[in-house]
Formats: sequence, structure tokens, C-alpha cells
Amino acid sequence: MSPNPPKKEYTRKDFSSDQEVRWCPGCGDYAILAAVQRVLPDLGSTPENTVFISGIGCSSRFPYYMNTYGFHTIHGRAPAIATGLKLANPELDVWVITGDGDGLSIGGNHLLHVLRRNVDLQILLFNNQIYGLTKGQYSPTSQVGKVTPSSPLGSVDQPIVPARFALGARATFVARSYDTSKRLPETLTDAHKHDGAAFIEVLQNCPVFNDGVFDLITDRKTGPAYQLWLENGQPMRFGANGEKGLHMNPKTLTLEVVTVGEEGITEADIVVHDETNLSLAWMLTDLPGVVALGVLYRQPGPVYNESVTKQRELAKERFGEPDLKALLRTGHTWTVV
Amino acid sequence: METSAAARVHPSPREILDSVVIRFAGDSGDGMQLTGSQFTTATAVAGNDLATFPDFPAEIRAPAGTTYGVSGFQIHFAAHDIRTPGDAPDVLVAMNPAALKVNIDVLEPGGLLVVNTGAFNKNNLAKAGYEENPLDDGSLDPFRILAIDITKMTLESVKGIGLGSKDAQRCKNMWTLGLMYWLFGRERESTVRWLEKKFVKTPKVLEANIAALNAGHIYGENADLPHGIGAYQVPAAKLEPGQYRNISGNEATAWGLVTGAKLAGLEIVYGSYPITPASNLLHNLARLKQFGVTTFQAEDEIAAVSAAVGASFGGAIGVTGTSGPGVALKSEAIGLAIATELPLVIVDVQRGGPSTGLPTKTEQSDLFQAVWGRNGDAPLAVLAAATPGDCFYMAVEAVRIAVKYMTPVMLLSDGYLANGAEPWHLPDIDALEPFPVQFRDDPEGFMPFMRDKDTLARVWAIPGTPGLEHRIGGLEKQQDTGHISYDPENHHMMTKLREAKVQRIAKDVPKAAIDQGDPRGDMLVVGWGSTYGAISQAVRMLRERGRKVSHLHLRNIWPLPEGVGDLLRSFGSVLVPELNNGQLVKLLRAEYLVDADSLTKIAGQPFRISELVEAAEERLKRSLQ
Repeated sequence: MSPNPPKKEYTRKDFSSDQEVRWCPGCGDYAILAAVQRVLPDLGSTPENTVFISGIGCSSRFPYYMNTYGFHTIHGRAPAIATGLKLANPELDVWVITGDGDGLSIGGNHLLHVLRRNVDLQILLFNNQIYGLTKGQYSPTSQVGKVTPSSPLGSVDQPIVPARFALGARATFVARSYDTSKRLPETLTDAHKHDGAAFIEVLQNCPVFNDGVFDLITDRKTGPAYQLWLENGQPMRFGANGEKGLHMNPKTLTLEVVTVGEEGITEADIVVHDETNLSLAWMLTDLPGVVALGVLYRQPGPVYNESVTKQRELAKERFGEPDLKALLRTGHTWTVV
Repeated sequence: METSAAARVHPSPREILDSVVIRFAGDSGDGMQLTGSQFTTATAVAGNDLATFPDFPAEIRAPAGTTYGVSGFQIHFAAHDIRTPGDAPDVLVAMNPAALKVNIDVLEPGGLLVVNTGAFNKNNLAKAGYEENPLDDGSLDPFRILAIDITKMTLESVKGIGLGSKDAQRCKNMWTLGLMYWLFGRERESTVRWLEKKFVKTPKVLEANIAALNAGHIYGENADLPHGIGAYQVPAAKLEPGQYRNISGNEATAWGLVTGAKLAGLEIVYGSYPITPASNLLHNLARLKQFGVTTFQAEDEIAAVSAAVGASFGGAIGVTGTSGPGVALKSEAIGLAIATELPLVIVDVQRGGPSTGLPTKTEQSDLFQAVWGRNGDAPLAVLAAATPGDCFYMAVEAVRIAVKYMTPVMLLSDGYLANGAEPWHLPDIDALEPFPVQFRDDPEGFMPFMRDKDTLARVWAIPGTPGLEHRIGGLEKQQDTGHISYDPENHHMMTKLREAKVQRIAKDVPKAAIDQGDPRGDMLVVGWGSTYGAISQAVRMLRERGRKVSHLHLRNIWPLPEGVGDLLRSFGSVLVPELNNGQLVKLLRAEYLVDADSLTKIAGQPFRISELVEAAEERLKRSLQ
């Protein structure tokens, strides 16, 4: 914000704070932190103009480890606090760090509204399908049957699909990745480029209370069979050799996993990804036997903080320069002599 | 009122009266609030001092004709200085049987009763619970009655304009207003001008309303009024010279916030969720975007305050406005602002509680919530406005304290102040002392929780400043560095430090001073908030009777200003009247170990002067026995 910002090449180190990182050994959060610290210099970010805002939970300790401005707030409210910050200073580059409990349980309402308003933020939701900081209770994304201290006979709650929630809230950018993915920086970059609220669900392993819940997807050996990396304008193919793909069943209007070369399926039968197609994005949120990764949906819309700024400028044009004395004299006044 | 107009009224043209209290009452759809506010403007033009009290139901349009749908507007105006809307009306305007039923008990015998006989049909009488028509059964004999079929008169006056019957009937409040203008010698001009603005797009409705207003006035001029009813005049009051306007508490608060932000050199981010009776604070501020005001209608009370906290982190002054139930929801976020030592202004326009309580009625029952209502030892500053106009100054003061001490400040208003209006001597904006905020920008030796040694306020370093990157949060932090700290001694010290910082404010606000009376005597009446007018008038009356009674009115609730203890101990007894179940009284007893006596009223209505006088007299008598 200074008039002549010093030209400086930032590195990962410039974005790392001097605080000792206190997540459990093996926690997926370490990998996400490293990816964020690594990508920020490439995004042209500066420590002074970058702010990380979090709520409560393991993930929400994140800001303490960033050498930027940071605010570790209260449970679930980070989106609202970030909205206020963007209203006060729209120039700041603001990231919200939240988890499945913080963002979808106690803070579900705020996440809903920050997405529909399309406030210009990057929102990273670390989804480990468990409550970590309170020691292992089931979360709103835990699978039915999950045995935890608060569900000794298995959870009977239906889980929420975060990306589906985001689309339902009219998010203009919805992406998914996982903690140790090499492509996480790429997804973060896409999110950062987007004007408006960019929602990224990051599948994250909790080695203490929910270890291995995403192993099939994230394991180097099994992963390729379960990871569908989306490329806009490209056929949606996956598998170790890209032999599998998504085919639209015209009768049921659902996406099916097919193998190219089998049962007469050719490349032409594979659906091409279109980031702006809301119906497609909706189907991609929850596929049978495969997880869509990358950008599920991207459709720019009016940005809340920009609209607010415009209205303020309009008010100045329409009502002229502010004059407190005149304000106090609006309506009827009279003089006593 | 002892100076009842009714007691001295006898038939003669334009009899001079010293003061009059009129209550307009009708169905909530009858436009009584509007009628009352128009009469208020015309009365201000006539140069009287005045005070008003709107009293309306929570239902927007309660079923027509029912007692719970009755909406009232009381105005007290006088040829001298007054401070309350009056204890009991001298004049009651009842637009239907329900309005009569609800209000007749407070009309003094001999009082003037204006009724719209056109609404006294079988159906309306039954809805109001009358078995017999009170206009015929002699029950209204103690009053002077002006019984007019206002409905019929109105319809006749707008005939030929071409309005439907429903729209035509709607003009009956203007007909009534015209008659009242004639009775009390008010000019119609301000209302005509107002109508012209309001109905600029519906010329027929405009024509009809003006016709009805004029017809009511002409009726007064020509009618052979019943014996005992004449035309009256209340001469102009001697007010301090200067420019005046009418102002309601919520208007004054909004303008005070804008003024405070300007004096601080900051922009405002006002986060709010609509709630009675604070909503029009949001409406007022939403119209002031050109003053650097951003209003954010949040998804809930928590988001509203959270956005304000985020804005303060970013270098604006975050403000949130609400009522008691909203403050309850905001408590955790207010605690965050206390822990992170960010400025924040919370306006609590109090209403009857607990829970949803009495949304449209006034009460002072959030004092404990304001002072103590958070988890942990979580001190903040609490201010209370005494009059609608005082809301302006207290809002400025709230911003000043918030930015100077890096603390949340709770400003207590209430439904009575928010909606009540009074003539307001316009302040000289240029004479207000600016308090420009200095953000930290020097990285040399910077630590986020380093403090000013006088105020104990921490530095305010905002995102965007190179070299000052830092993290704050709700976890306990180490002194100076702000690093997370679980150290037992540090937590003890930080808790004491946060308390000490808020207590320093007491040295920065006016010392407690007697508002009226001597610095010692038999009884000190201690009030706070909107009871100012009633207590002030009551103490004046008591003193006129020779009682050694004084009035102390607290605007700084927390920290309490210096000198309160000495004053409390300088009187034989202390009486604390409050519109709650006894809150300030407990605070005073706890802080000063004085035997303060409580006078409570929890009726959703303000104190009457007579109630206060009687209570004080009774206690004075008891103490002499």
C-alpha cells in the first residue's frame, strides 16, 4: 500500500512465519501449508497485502504460520469477518481457511452467504471428515456409520457434499484437490485468478482421528483409478493409462464410468468438460467410484465488494460531496431568536 | 399532569394554555404515527417545546378494530421547557372503539375526548369488547366529548375527486389532523408541503388528503362546538436561541456515528441484521454512502458484528446496531474484539425482554448484558444516551473511546429514545474536537500488542502496511509480541491489563456531576438512559416542594466516572429508578457498598413523573420516621 512498493522477488521463505508449526506429525495440513507458501510468490502476492482469516479448528491455526497479516477468529465466522475486511479495504488479497466442521457445521450459514454474495476471496475448506481439535467426533462430512466417541454405534447423520453445497449457494468457482497433490498449487492459482468467491475443497488426511479415509484416492498406486483431473474443453478421462472416462447416459441423464475401447466406446463418447456448465458441475460433485479434481465450475459473476464500491461512488455522484452541516439540516429546521 | 389543560378549560375563543398533552389513538392502519408526527412538526413551527411518545403494536397490521391493534402517539407541548411526553393526556383522539377502550383510563376527568362516531358500529364495538355503546351509556360523562362522524365528514370532503371508497376513507386521519390544527392554532402549511412531496406521483390522493385536512379545519372554524370546548393556544416556549430541528434517537445515533467517524478520519462499516427497534439505524446509515459509510445487511446478527470486527481489523471503524436479543447473539464476537483489542461500536436499542419479549416497547434491561454479558473476564466501555438528541453526542463519544482505547464500546439507547422526538438545538460541528487516528506504519521495534503507556491501548497496524505483518486471534496472547501463550501468569496479567485499560477511560470522561440540585441532601436520585426527562421533572417538582432531593444521571455506565462514590455518600438516601428489575442499583451497591434503594417499572412504558414523585415522597417520609 505504500506509494512506491519496493520491488522484491519473494520466495516461499518470505511467507513463512517464525512460529513453530504445531499440527500432529503426519497431518495433511503440513502439505497444504507448504503448497500455499510455495505458490504465493508465483501469484505475485506480497506479504503486506495478503491476509489469512480462519475460524476455529485444526485447519484454522493456519494463519499463525504465514508471514502475512492473519486473523484467527471464532468458530464458523471467518467468512463474515473476511467480508467486513474486504468492505473496509477491497485491495487486500484475502484467503479464508476453514474446515468441514467450521465451514459446514457452525459456520454453514456464513459460508452460504459469502458464496452467494460472491465476495472476492479464496476459501480453502480442509475436509478431513472428522472433528480433530475436539478429539474425534463425527463431522458433517463423515460417512454414515462412522464410529466415534459421540457415535459409538456409528453416525446416523447423512453427510454433506461440500462442492454441492457451494454450487447450491451459487458459488462462481468450485474446485477440489487433496493435501499432498502435486497439482494443488495449480488449483490454488486458478482460484486466485478468479474474481469473486473461489471455493476449494481440499481432501485432507487426519492421521490421528480419521487416518486413511482418502487413501484409495490419494495413494500413488491406487490413486489414478480414482482421480479424475478435469481440464476445461477436454474429454473427462482417467485411469492409469487414461483408459476410463465419463459417458452421459441419455436415458437416465447421469454420468457413467466407461472404458474406452470396450463395448464400442470411443473417445467421442466421453463427455467434454465445460467449466461453465452448472448441470455438469452438479453431477461432477458426487460421481460413482471416482472423484473429480481440479476446477468443477467457473462462471464469473458480479463481485460483491466491487458492486458495493460502485454504489458508494454513485452516491457521491448523485448526492455530491458529503457535508455534515447540511446533513443535520435536512428536512424541516427553524430558528429561535 | 397537575398543569392539566382540561382543568382550566372553559368556553372562550383561543384560550391560552401553558401546556397540553394530546394522544392520538386508532387502528394500526389508521395512520396515527403519521398524524402524530405531522402534528409534531406543526407544533415545532409554532415554537413550543415538545416531547413525543409513539406507542405501537408489534403486529404490522393487526386485525382491524381489535384492542391489540391499537396504535398511539402522544405529544406534550408547552410554552416552557419540558422533558417528557407527559404523564396522562389532556386530550384523547379515539378513531375507533378499541382505541377508546385501551386509552380512556388514562384520560383525566374533564379531559377532552374526540371520537369518530362513524367507527362506533356494532361490529367494532364487539371487537373492542363493548357490550353497549359507551357513547350512549353515560360512562363517558366525566369527559368533555366532541363526537363527530369523521368517516362521513371525510368521505363528503373528498367526494368528486374520484377516489375509491377505501382510499377516500384513508384520508380521515388528515381530516382529524385539520380539526386538531384548528383547535390548537397550528398552521397547516408544513403538512401540505409534506403531502405534496409524498404524493407527488398520485395527484388524486394528494388532492383528497389536502381537501380532508382543510375540511377538518373548516369544521372547527364553523361548528358550534359543545359547551366547554373552545379553541386553544399554547404560546411559544423560550428556547435557547439557535437553529433547531426535530430529531429521533435513531436519527441522532446515525448522524453521531457519521460525525464520530469523520472526527476520527475513518470510514464506517455498519453491519446489521434488521431488528425492532434498531432497524431504522440501518435505514438511516444506508442513505449516507456518500459520507464513507458502507452498510452491510448481514445474514444474521453474528455475521453483522463479525463483519464489523473484520472492518476494524482492516482500518475502518466497525459498527453494529441491534437490540437485546441481537446483542446476545453477538457476544462471542464482541469477546473476540476485546481479546484482539480492536475498536468496535455496538449500539443496543433496548426493548422489553427476555427472549423476544416486547419488541416495540421500551425497557432498560440490558445493562447487565452490556457490562457483564460475555464469557470470560471481558470488559468493555458502556455508554447510555439520556435523550434523543443526546444519542448524537454519545455516538460521537462511542467512536472516540473505541479508537482511542482500542476497545469495543456498547452504546445503550432504547425504544423510547429511538422513536421519540424532541426539538434539537443543532450542534456546531466545527466546535467538535477531532480525534484523528494514527495507524502504526513504522516497522522499527514494532510488536502488535505494544501499548501506549497512558491509555494502555495497543497499536493499530492494518493489513496493507509493509513490514508490520502480524497475526491476531482469540487465543490468549503474550504481552507485546501477541504470540499465543498458555502461560498462567501471562493470562492473569493480560486479564488485569485489559481491565485496567478500560478503567483508564474513567479519567478521560467528565467527572460525575449533579444534574439538578445541591451536592448533598436527603436523597440522591440516580438515573441512566431515557428516564432522564421523567426523573428531571420529578426532581424539579420535589425541589419546588422544598424537598432536599438531587438528580445524578449517568452517561458512562462502565467504567463509572470518577466521583460517583463521593456523591452517593453525600446524601441521606439513594433512589435508583430504572425500567428493569433493578440493574444499575446492583452495580452501584457492588461498586460503592451503598444502601441504594431501587424503584422498578417493567411495563414496557416509561416512568410517569407522578410515579417518581410519589415513590420519592414515600421513601423520604419513611426515612424521617
